[in-house]
Amino acid sequence: MNWLGEPELAALRLSLDVAGRAVLLNLLPAIAIAWLLTRRRFAGRTLLDAMVHLPLVLPPVMVGYLLLLMLGVHGPVGRWLDQLFGLRLVFTTGGAAVATAIMSFPLMVRAIRLSLEGIDSGLEQAARTLGAGPIDRFVSITLPLMLPGVLAGAITAFAAGLGEFGAVVTFVSNIPGETRTLPLALYAALQSPDGDALAARLALLSFGLGLSGLLAGEILARSLRRWLGR
Amino acid sequence: MLHIALRQQRGTFTLDVNFTASTPGVIALFGRSGCGKTTLVNLLAGLSQGAQGRIVVDDQVWFDSARGVQVPAEQRHIGYVFQDARLFPHYSVRGNLEYGAKRAPQPPSAARFDEVVDLLGLAPLLQRRPGGLSGGERQRVALGRALLSQPRLLLLDEPLASLDAARREDVLPWLERLRDQLQIPMVFVSHQYDEVLRLATEVLVMDAGRVVAQGDVANISLTPALRAIVGPDAIGAVLDGHIERMDTATGLADVRVGEGSLQLLCTDASVGRRVRVQLRARDIILATVEPQGLSVRNQLRGTLSSISPDGDSDLVEVDIGGGTRVLSRVTRSATQQLQLRPGLVVWVLVKAVSTRGHIFTPETTA
Repeated sequence: MNWLGEPELAALRLSLDVAGRAVLLNLLPAIAIAWLLTRRRFAGRTLLDAMVHLPLVLPPVMVGYLLLLMLGVHGPVGRWLDQLFGLRLVFTTGGAAVATAIMSFPLMVRAIRLSLEGIDSGLEQAARTLGAGPIDRFVSITLPLMLPGVLAGAITAFAAGLGEFGAVVTFVSNIPGETRTLPLALYAALQSPDGDALAARLALLSFGLGLSGLLAGEILARSLRRWLGR
Repeated sequence: MLHIALRQQRGTFTLDVNFTASTPGVIALFGRSGCGKTTLVNLLAGLSQGAQGRIVVDDQVWFDSARGVQVPAEQRHIGYVFQDARLFPHYSVRGNLEYGAKRAPQPPSAARFDEVVDLLGLAPLLQRRPGGLSGGERQRVALGRALLSQPRLLLLDEPLASLDAARREDVLPWLERLRDQLQIPMVFVSHQYDEVLRLATEVLVMDAGRVVAQGDVANISLTPALRAIVGPDAIGAVLDGHIERMDTATGLADVRVGEGSLQLLCTDASVGRRVRVQLRARDIILATVEPQGLSVRNQLRGTLSSISPDGDSDLVEVDIGGGTRVLSRVTRSATQQLQLRPGLVVWVLVKAVSTRGHIFTPETTA
């Protein structure tokens, strides 16, 4: 593995770290929002749906800039986080994870929603007549049946999170060892006059990671579906 | 006792029912598709809301809009068997059966579990996943799952409708066993008249959101409300009786119905067994004088009680003694030529073979 030097390994570790944290941050909210959007009718549902999908259509740089305004040390939320928990997101790995989470949130919600829509709500009704209350029904019927979707969503979001650039670079800048993930390292390498070889290696690494992530997700989801008998 | 008084407006459809039926027993909700049967059972189960009225099962009030009582579906303890089984795909058959059992207010004992498995012939299926089961097997598992939740009421919403004729025959005998061996009140929803004849102890005929007739099967079989729903060929009196004598050589059974007796071709039956006989009106011949030299096994003397036109012919009701009535379909010209009128003494001719396939056994014990 001598072609992977310290800067590549650092960027790889950081990318995995950021994407992993982003998925964990997203997991519960994505399940909740997907459930709300498929199983509940309420005022503002269409608006919520649109809000969830906004990161897909907005310029990532703009999302990063918004985060900077909101979560910066002087931003309304950022100041509050700083004062209460001593938590600073700007220029930190945590901040990179938050930016990545927001950008990949729609991917996760979409995948979970798709699997929720495939679950016959009649099964939940049947569970109800058998004496299962709302939480019981969700845990024993809905959640296990939507697992393939959750898994597929998590893996897609993870793979996408490895490559998030615009929002991250705008919000937390490009700091080696702290926020310089694979795409940021790739960008930095391209900016330096003798970085061509490094850039090629980083590009190859990103390509391999993305492809294997998507393949692994598909295979896992498929075997899970089979296990669930669907 | 089951008392339901409900009113619900949904668009142009109005459900408006008010009835009391006795329990235990099989209460059949019978009517064409779209008459409001499923709307009614979903309200009964608590799966849908928005009605006015009251639902009382035995001494428990499940719903009372005036007093704001609305027991949630999960606390009504109804064993609901859906048309499409709705087995949980991620549980084995055993897991499905245990799902309701674990959540019952008093979980069934292991012995009871085995009893239900045995009653429905589920033992060979226990380890399998629902995905690999046939339609009939699925419905049997769904029945078992409902039974093991220790229900106060078993609700069967067209449990046979999604099955072909052969699969229906797989499930019907199990339903009959349930009815005969368990003391659980059952509400059975169907648009198939023969299923109702086989299973019901009490029938509610529904049409356009209302109950248009209610009674035991014998009475319901004579009501005009039924005629529009079952079609001309299925119309006819249904008589409950028991086998008095059996001639195994000829296969003829003497069936006692009310004060009279009928000789019918009846295989695999035994003396003392209770039977339900459907005498289709189109198979019944009337004579105004006592006929001689006919092959017909049954000639019953009776009094003509009413004549009503039905389609292209007339339906003639004859009292054959003790309030037992039968229907005969005759052409208008026959009505005129024989000068049929209420009060006339007539002979009712019933071929012993005409009831083949239309003899049911409402109870397996006398």
